[in-house]
Amino acid sequence: MTKMPSNESATNEKSSHELKLQLLDKALKKCQYQQDALIEVLHTAQETFGHLDEEILDYVSIQLKLPPSWVYGVATFYNFFTLEPQGDHVCVVCMGTACYVKGAGDIIARIEQEFDLKAGTTAADNSLTLVSARCLGNCSLAPMLTLDGAVLGKQTPDSTVAAIRETPATTSVVSEETS
Amino acid sequence: MNTVDLQHVAEEEQQRQQQLNLRLFLCYSTPCLSAGAERVKNALDGLCDELDEEQRPTLEIVATGCMGPCSRGPLLRLARCDEPEEIYEKVTPEMACNIVRAALAAQSAAAEPLPSDFPFFACQTLIALENNGRIDPEQIIHSIARGAYSSLGHVLHEMTPEQVCNEITRSGLRGRGGGGYPTGVKWELVRKAQAERKYVVANGDEGDPGAYMDRTIMESDPHRVLEGMAIAGYACGAEQGYIYVRGEYPLAAARLAKAIKDAERRGLLGSRVLDSSFNFRIDLRVGAGAFVCGEETALMTSIMGRRGQPVPRPPYPAQRGLWGFPTLINNVETFASVAPIMREGAEWFAGFGTEKSKGTKVFALCGEVVNSGLIEVQMGTSLRDIVFAIGGGLPDGGTFKAAQTGGPSGGCIPADHLDTPVDYESLQALGSIMGSGGLIVMNETSCMPDVAKFFMEFCMDESCGKCVPCRVGTIEMLELLTRITDGSAMDEDLQTLEDLCHLVQETSLCGLGMTAPNPVLNTLHYFRDEYLAHIRDNRCPAGVCRLDQVPLLKLPEHAEQLTIFKEEH
Ligand SMILES: Cc1cc2nc3c(=O)[nH]c(=O)nc-3n(C[C@H](O)[C@H](O)[C@H](O)COP(=O)(O)O)c2cc1C
Ligand code: FES
Repeated sequence: MTKMPSNESATNEKSSHELKLQLLDKALKKCQYQQDALIEVLHTAQETFGHLDEEILDYVSIQLKLPPSWVYGVATFYNFFTLEPQGDHVCVVCMGTACYVKGAGDIIARIEQEFDLKAGTTAADNSLTLVSARCLGNCSLAPMLTLDGAVLGKQTPDSTVAAIRETPATTSVVSEETS
Repeated sequence: MNTVDLQHVAEEEQQRQQQLNLRLFLCYSTPCLSAGAERVKNALDGLCDELDEEQRPTLEIVATGCMGPCSRGPLLRLARCDEPEEIYEKVTPEMACNIVRAALAAQSAAAEPLPSDFPFFACQTLIALENNGRIDPEQIIHSIARGAYSSLGHVLHEMTPEQVCNEITRSGLRGRGGGGYPTGVKWELVRKAQAERKYVVANGDEGDPGAYMDRTIMESDPHRVLEGMAIAGYACGAEQGYIYVRGEYPLAAARLAKAIKDAERRGLLGSRVLDSSFNFRIDLRVGAGAFVCGEETALMTSIMGRRGQPVPRPPYPAQRGLWGFPTLINNVETFASVAPIMREGAEWFAGFGTEKSKGTKVFALCGEVVNSGLIEVQMGTSLRDIVFAIGGGLPDGGTFKAAQTGGPSGGCIPADHLDTPVDYESLQALGSIMGSGGLIVMNETSCMPDVAKFFMEFCMDESCGKCVPCRVGTIEMLELLTRITDGSAMDEDLQTLEDLCHLVQETSLCGLGMTAPNPVLNTLHYFRDEYLAHIRDNRCPAGVCRLDQVPLLKLPEHAEQLTIFKEEH
């Protein structure tokens, strides 16, 4: 499993992949290939690729001369890193105390029902990824959530579902949330 | 830059500000932005462009950090020369323009400002937050005009490291990250440690759900934190600092990164700080979403790029921390209190607060209160004053049921104890903790077993899995609490739950496991009848739990086992 990340599909896709790899290389160089900088490197990787797949993790482990298990261990320890591709929209619902007390649970339940998915997963048609977070630090706006990075405060189940439906589908894979 | 230059720059900027006729401070932090602060700013910018050549230079719009009463945003503060300041709440673009036009014409505006004795502000004592809402956090010059880095200059040129540690000890400052360990003692330990290198770490991981004090400080006044860290570096003999910011706070990280760069460019950080022989670099580390990384040993492993799992103490970080070298680790708010102490003196700081808890504490007041937001009060202020005077009571005529402090390591304080002074010892005596400063008010629609379950679920999710009591114990406790809240619990379960709580408390490796049972034990203590109502009467007094399950042993197909079970007991 030590192959370089490459892509057999269309050439333009390939070049964008290479461009992203260059960004990652830049980040690696910036930290002088120090093993201690693993988390920063993974942050950059996730920002550029949207998620961390096996190829990327392997690539990072080779570059930093760390065992793949180590890199995988770190990537799975932290909630921020996702090994799965994200949907067109990413909705992060805060389930911190203030938001919970003000009814964030109902919002999650309603989204799960309307879009037929479970929190922490992506809908089958790839339209939406639903994530629950533990306090986004905007407790005075409780219950709050972020939709593709934009903060929406004082939500109700209805207003959230409406907001998700109204947001135009974007083609961008890189989500703001995870950056 | 040396101290004389620094003072010169500060005075120049102060003069510039004084010459302005009108300064408009618009709160530009996330809650106000989501309430429409950006539209207000655009409208005001448009208004400025319309002004004539004479008026325009006499007016300034400052996009500031958090002003406090977040639920009343967007907030606009008006400062005119020789007139008292005015604060307007819930401003709309039109309203803002009217207010400014009226101010320019020296008339009174149609909109009413908040009264000058508005209790939300009048009951507070601002030390750590003194610059919040008065500076543009991205402009170092604003901070300098309000005295940033002058304490550092004084310390570097007039004091020995030992004197600095002594001053902090005498001020009575205690860690604001939750533990309340005396800060001066910790500094002294690191200072005395013999090592080739030492580190200073600021803990900005703020994992406690329902709290955002550290976020606001880092976003609204980043230089304050950097200055505190540099003073600590000088006092302890460290030349390298790290500030660890939670991954959920990208804006705080961006502002800090800019602040570090700006300070380095002016010679306020980096090599030969303020023309002294002291070198101090600060690097930023961004977390990746793990609550346990707030624990100091886990935080250090995370800075070193590894899985953020705690290690047993001792050795304490002050003895062996980052890469095996002595490390001073303090909370962001602790560092934010350092510069004022050095500026005004230890006695001044010790004059606030109570016998054992000195100074002030920042709280994030949220949940069912009229004025939710960020507040800073003297230690020892009663909970009643915080919730009812500052917070304005509960909305919609709700009755106060409990206030949750200390997040997943704390507990719920019931209405009978509203007059408790809020300090480290008093809260501990009530079975809760001060914690990092989240204060969530609950009304009668909150069900206590459900709240306990919420926190247990949090701890189960966030347990790093290294030690068995915490990894397995949280799952089992959650299972028991789930049974209680879905109606399938029996009397025996309550006893098992309590036993398990004590076991996990006593045998876990780090603070996460040791304190995870606190919310359960504390609510069991004050709200036992609520638990019993769930179990015995199959009723949730708050009307939250559905209670649609039946105890396993009461299902008809288990009738036989039930008799056996009864015989055995
Ligand atoms: C599970 C756990 C989570 C913690 N989270 C934080 C945190 O988010 N922020 C913080 O400053 N301290 C946190 N602490 C406390 C730190 O371990 C440490 O005591 C503190 O940063 C020391 O700084 P202080 O002396 O200024 O309070 C946490 C401790 C535990 C056990
Ligand atoms: S609890 Fe939701 S933002 Fe803090």
